[in-house]
Order: sequence, then C-alpha cells, then structure tokens
Amino acid sequence: MDRLPRWADVALVPLVSLLFAAIISALVLLAIGQSPVEAFKVMVDGALGSPYGWGYTLYYATSFIFTGLAVAVAFHAGLFNIGGEGQAQLGGLGVALVCLSLPWPHWSIALVAATAGAALFGAAWAAIPAYLQAKRGSHIVITTIMFNYIAAALLVYLLVDVLRPTGQMDPASARFPSGTNLPALNDIPGFNLIFQRPVPANITLLIALAMAVVIWAMLWRTRLGYQIRAFGKSEAAAKYAGINPVRITIIAMLISGGLAGMMSINNVMGEAERLLQNSSEGAGFIGIAVALMGRNHPFGVVLAALLFGFLYQGGAELGLWTSIPIEMRIVVQGLVILFTGALDMMVRMILQRAFGLVRSAKAMRAA
Amino acid sequence: MDYATLLQVLDTTIRLATPLLLACLAGLYSERAGIFDIGLEGKMLAAAMSAGAVAALTGSAWAGLLAGMGASLLFATLHGIAAITFRGNQLISGVALNFLASGLTVLIAQALFRQGGRTPPLTGAARFNPLTLPGAEAMRDVPLIGPLYYEVISGHSVLVYMAFLIVPLTWWILFRTRFGLRLRAVGENPAAVDTAGVSVIGLRFAAVGITGILCGIAGAYMATALQAGFGREMTAGRGYIALAALIFAKWRPVAAMWACLLFGFFQALALRPDVVQAVVQVKVPVPLLDALPYILTVLVLAGFVGKAIPPRAGGQPYVKER
Repeated sequence: MDRLPRWADVALVPLVSLLFAAIISALVLLAIGQSPVEAFKVMVDGALGSPYGWGYTLYYATSFIFTGLAVAVAFHAGLFNIGGEGQAQLGGLGVALVCLSLPWPHWSIALVAATAGAALFGAAWAAIPAYLQAKRGSHIVITTIMFNYIAAALLVYLLVDVLRPTGQMDPASARFPSGTNLPALNDIPGFNLIFQRPVPANITLLIALAMAVVIWAMLWRTRLGYQIRAFGKSEAAAKYAGINPVRITIIAMLISGGLAGMMSINNVMGEAERLLQNSSEGAGFIGIAVALMGRNHPFGVVLAALLFGFLYQGGAELGLWTSIPIEMRIVVQGLVILFTGALDMMVRMILQRAFGLVRSAKAMRAA
Repeated sequence: MDYATLLQVLDTTIRLATPLLLACLAGLYSERAGIFDIGLEGKMLAAAMSAGAVAALTGSAWAGLLAGMGASLLFATLHGIAAITFRGNQLISGVALNFLASGLTVLIAQALFRQGGRTPPLTGAARFNPLTLPGAEAMRDVPLIGPLYYEVISGHSVLVYMAFLIVPLTWWILFRTRFGLRLRAVGENPAAVDTAGVSVIGLRFAAVGITGILCGIAGAYMATALQAGFGREMTAGRGYIALAALIFAKWRPVAAMWACLLFGFFQALALRPDVVQAVVQVKVPVPLLDALPYILTVLVLAGFVGKAIPPRAGGQPYVKER
C-alpha cells in the first residue's frame, strides 16, 4: 500500500481523526435534540472569548500538559501508563505534606519543595507497577488500573481519618499557609495586562511549558531518551544493543509518574490551596487522549492540552448556560481516544486510499 | 458475629457478586479468544442505562434486559471493529469506549427523562423481583440449613440464578465443545487455527459478541434488580473488579465464580464496618475493605499467590498476510 507523505502522517492524521470525533459529537448533540452550532458557539465564547475564559482554559491545559507528557514518555518506552490518575492524586498528597510541614517564608521556595514532593510521590506510586512489570512480568496496564483504585481508597482514608483538621466536616486537608500561595497569571507582571480579573491559571503553566522542552530534549537529545525510544520500538533489538530492559522500564515509569504527580502543583497548590478528595478530577485519564492526539511529541502534547483545556472549560460553560449536561466533554474525550488511538489504522487507510487516488489521477494526466 | 448477621452478609455477598460474576465471565470469553477487554465497565454502564430506560418506558423488566443486551452488544461490536477489523490497540479501544459509555449514558438518560441523568424509579414488573425457591418457607424452621436456604440461597431475582448457571455452562462450552476448543486455540495460537481453515476473525467476533451479551445481563441486573433504576456511574468500577477477579481466577470459569464471591464478600463487608470491627476487634478503615480486591489482584499479578499466565496471543491483532 502507498505510504503517506510525512506531513500527512504528522498533521493530517490527527486532524482527520479530530474531524471524525467532531462529526460524531455533532451527531450525538443532534440526537439528544440540541444544536451543535449553538453548543460550539457557547464553548468558544466561554473558553476563548474573554481573558477570564482563557484563564480557565490555560489552567486546565496546564494539568493536561503534565499528564499528557506522562503518558507520552511511557508510550515511547512501549508502556501504557493508565495510572496517571492515581499518580496525580499521590502527587497531591506530596504537595500537601510539603506545604503543611513548614511555615514557608516565600512561595518560590515552597514551589521548589512542593514540586519535588509531587514528583517524588507520583514517581513512587508508579514505581511499584514498574517494578512488577520489569521483574515479574505483571501487565502494567492492569496493575496501574488497580493502583488508581488503591490510591483513591488511600486518599479517602488519609483525608477522613488523618489529614482532616478536628472540627472540620468535609474530607479535606487543612488550608495551606499563605506562604505557599502561588501567583496566578493576574499577579504576574506582564500577564496582568491581559488578565485583569483573578483567574485560576497560575505560574505552574510556565513550569509545564518548561517541562515540555525538558522532556523533548530528554527524548531526542540524550542517551537515555534514545534508549527509551529504542526499547519502545523493539525490546529484542534494544536488548541486543545492550540496553537493560529492567532499568529502562523503571526509569521511564518513574519519569512518567513524576510528571503525572507534578500536575498537583497546578490544582492542589495553585488553585484549591488544600488537598481535596479526587483532586485530579480525571486529568490523569485525559492525559491518554492528549498524548494520543499529540502523537507522543511534547510539542503536540502542548497543542493537544490546549485543545482539551478548551474542551473542558467549554464543556463547563455548556453545563452552566445550556441544557447540555457537562458529561458531553467525556463523550468527546472518548471519541478522540477512539479515533486517534484505536481507529488510527482506519483513518490511515482512508487517507492512503485518498492519496492513492490523487497519485493515480496525476499519473493518468501525465500519460 | 451471630448466625443471623452472617447470613445477612452472605445474602448481600450473593447479590453483589452477581454483576461481578456476569462481567467476569464476559471478560473470560473475550480474553480466552485473545482480545483484551478493559471496557467491561463501559458495556455494563451502557446496558444499565438502556435497561433502566426501557424498563421504565415499557414497564417490563424483560424488555429492559433485552435493551441492555443490545446496548452492550453495540459497544462490543465497536470494540470488535477497532480491535479485530482495524487491528487497533485493544487497551486504548477499551479505555475510549469506557469514556464514551460514561458520558453517553448520562446524556441519553437526561434527554429522555430530564431527571439529572438518572432513569425514573422502577416498581412492580419493571424490576426483576426476588423469587422464593420451592420449599424455602417450609424449611425455614429447620435449624442451621433452613435459614441458610431461606436467607442466602432463596429470595434472589432470576438473573442471579441465571448468572450462577452460566458458570457450569461456560465450563462446558470452553472445555467440552468444538467451539470452545477453537475459542481457546485462537487465544493461544491464532495462526494454527487459521491453518486449520477456521476463521480467526469470525471466532474472535463471536467471543466479543458473547462478552457483549453477558455484560448486558450484568448491567441490566444493576439497574433492574440490584437497584431500581439507572444512576450516573452506577457501576462504580465493577467492570475493573471483574477484570481483577478474572486474573485472580487465572481465566478459569469455576475459579472465576469463587473469585467473584470473594470480592462480593469484601463489598458486603465494606457495607457493614460494624460487623468487621466486632470480628477482628480492631477498627478496620472502610477504604481498606474497598481496596482489598485491587490489592489482592496486584499480589496475584506479582506472582505471590500463584502465577497468572494470560492467554498467549492476548492483545495481539492477528495479521493473516504475514
């Protein structure tokens, strides 16, 4: 069969997949008696129509960059880390323990420590499934799913019985001291010219973008990145080349878990300023869609995270202003994963057919 | 713990183990044929919503059951198209379909009934009501066995008995029929099945279809027997517990039944923390009981409680041309 040109492989395949997801989403809206055009207008207006809307879109996108990178790094090593959700929740625990442990004098010091705590706890939660996959051959997909549930149960226990201050009713940690409060985009000189009202997007956005660059450099400019990618392409070849599969599996999963954990500085430290139950709110799972949509490239992940930030903020607006339930965004998320992930081959076959037709038409004209 | 409390807990165990068992057997067919299915959860959810909605509209639990099986079968077919026809990643397809079911069920229930994404409460013939087995009333006063028969064995809906009958049926199909032999072969060595002139694709679609039907019964049971109507996310991770039970049982039908009963027992205990505390004399956190099935599964996967070896061709699409 004809091969796709490189530009089509990189740009056209995800765009066509997205188009399919959009068409089916529109059909779903029509089927429940809603207008897709109207819904899209509400979403664009609410998510991108004002600096305030952008403040939310960027806030969600920040979390999704972290979780998307987490899934992407694991994918490069041939591992499907479906446990970003649990790793992010444990990251939240790390952030809370750091923030509550000391009377932090300045947010910048607290941020460094909390980032380390988040990454450490997230990585630790990924370490066990990684070890079991590398050493004992337990399927990482199943173990990371199980670890999501174990993490949820662990956090319920900790928030109800351990971290909850006496006298407080809701299962949450104490409020973090004010020395840990991160500046939102409306507090940062330069950004405050655009964002004049308080927005949830905060300085973590810059860390997320920096991490995307770091991960790109790690994957394509270091020996470790080469080993991860080689291992992901062919385990047998990597072994023959002297790459230690146990080491690469564990390192890739530690990086992945650490990244997923780091999203907690955005939502737990930057927005909620205390640890709540289910703090990550499904962002760990959205990382799967973001990584697939972004073709596992950090640059693509950032773009896809923006798209999903738009989808999440827009979806919330739908829930507020229309009778379309907020669950619509889960439908779109599922469709994007379906078309960019599971039906990738179908999209490619359609495009290859189309390119083949164009080529043969050209050949006919030349003849 | 006195005998009456034990019987209560065991009764709850049976009721909670049933959806796990149906979903677990569903997964067994698919995975034995070499198709991973982490979309059991989504199929159950789709079936629960359809069953709840159709039972509410028609007033018939049986119509609800059929609708549930239909919805689940539709999702199973989608999984088949992605995983078998287009040789896509089976795990990603499962994840996608779970999200799709999670969102679509609320959207459709809301569009149909406008009750915040749930279906109206079911009563009378719209639910599968408890059956009293023959002789249960008469035997009630016999010491020990009488209450056991009356409380635990009798008094469940027809779907519960159906689920437990499917266990020996599944064993017989898998290990005593030609179809079962081929089904297991296609999960271990599809090339050999292909060489014998049997369609790999056909067998795998058949397995995925059976998975759909059984998940449909599981979901319908949730909405029309265990509870009286569909509520958002009502399956609450049962599809994943079923998957855990399947691994715990090492992909064998009778062991799957025991695994589901064990995990159902944990769920029943999580509802009665007072009983647990009275028995072990220590305060056991409820979340620990909730997490036990998952922790046990990890231990099994790690090979600490016997080795779980999945069907060899599991997860790999079959490419004929090679």
